[in-house]
Amino acid sequence: MSADTSQSPTVISRSSALPAAATVAAVALWFVVYWRLEDFSSWIVGLLPLPQDDHLKEAARFFVYDTPKVLMLLTLVVFGMGVVRSFFSPERTRALLAGRREGIGNIAAAGLGIFTPFCSCSAVPLFVGFVSAGVPLGVTFSFLISAPMVNEVALGLLFALVGWQVALTYLGFGLGIAMVSGWVIGRLHLEGWLEEWVRNVRAGAVELPAESISVADRIKAGIEAVRDIVGKVWMWIIVGIAAGAFIHGYVPSELLASIMGKGAWWSVPAVVLVGIPMYSNAAGIIPVVEALLGKGVALGTVLAFMMSVTALSLPEMIILRKVLTTKLIAVFIGVVGLGIIAVGYLFNALFS
Amino acid sequence: MKDVKVLGPGCKRCETTAEMVRAEAQKLGVEVKVEKVTDYAEIAQFGIVSTPGIVIDGKVVHAGGLPKAEDLAKWLAA
Repeated sequence: MSADTSQSPTVISRSSALPAAATVAAVALWFVVYWRLEDFSSWIVGLLPLPQDDHLKEAARFFVYDTPKVLMLLTLVVFGMGVVRSFFSPERTRALLAGRREGIGNIAAAGLGIFTPFCSCSAVPLFVGFVSAGVPLGVTFSFLISAPMVNEVALGLLFALVGWQVALTYLGFGLGIAMVSGWVIGRLHLEGWLEEWVRNVRAGAVELPAESISVADRIKAGIEAVRDIVGKVWMWIIVGIAAGAFIHGYVPSELLASIMGKGAWWSVPAVVLVGIPMYSNAAGIIPVVEALLGKGVALGTVLAFMMSVTALSLPEMIILRKVLTTKLIAVFIGVVGLGIIAVGYLFNALFS
Repeated sequence: MKDVKVLGPGCKRCETTAEMVRAEAQKLGVEVKVEKVTDYAEIAQFGIVSTPGIVIDGKVVHAGGLPKAEDLAKWLAA
């Protein structure tokens, strides 16, 4: 048994050429399939024994075309980000942010939120780890707001389904909300509203030994991200696309435009309120966003809805309750919610 | 006898990590005592930001995501 000890530690460098070549081939194949996707979907819809009902046909076309399109795009984007993220870790992000002044710190935190791997299940250790290592509270919040809201899934899908203008605007304003909200929370000096045990943790940042990471490992990280994320959200996506297909085929434009159009001033705060208890990955909400925009719903209202669903979620609040007092959670929801509402109004005013 | 702590609130990955440590230790013939630390305050004392983390004989060797088997072997053999 103990004879094995000698061999394993030294075998680190494996050939990375084969996995790299396979990845290039797979991505090329992806593009070929994606290019021909519309023809393929039309052909499938043509084969379906649909009655001559325009509504049903429209809904079916939306569903049959969007499902593989969204799943393919998501796979590519998640794979790419999985590889990029193997260069970042929360530990490294913290080292970059510790001792940073507010202002610059808020900007850096919001930006790093895009690349640092984050899931709400690790929100608590992350929060405590940041605060205890000397990252200012407001800077920590900037990160915590940006990480779930401005992520690769949201940006990639917006880019592909709604266009690069909307994706860029979402990126810019999402980062803006994360910076400003974090800065405001920092200015309020609410450190006393953390749970007591969090204030008592005094741990320095830990120095981790280097782990062996080859190109093959980074590709593997990408594949694992796909298996993990796409495996978890594909059902949400199909539900989202079905909802989008229904809106696309059946809901009359006049109805939505009158409820959620630019004319209705109350629609922005209303969708933000509706979005807070809702929890959906960005992947599930974007097909709905696409369908709503197609029906003439105001862009600002739709983006506000999407931001509210992704940035403020009930499950995350329940998890964060372990480290934040209810008062601080209320401030967090209030500041971020107001920021989103402001962005929604600004957009509706700008793009008319 | 190595004292191994697996830090994590009890997610699936933490379970898997603990299993991996046991399996790798058995393969190497290293005696280990694996202990799971699930309390957030205790986890935070080790200074890590992401879970699961691995502590071997009081030293943090890994944080965030599943460890690689070959790295585990290296840490356990050290």
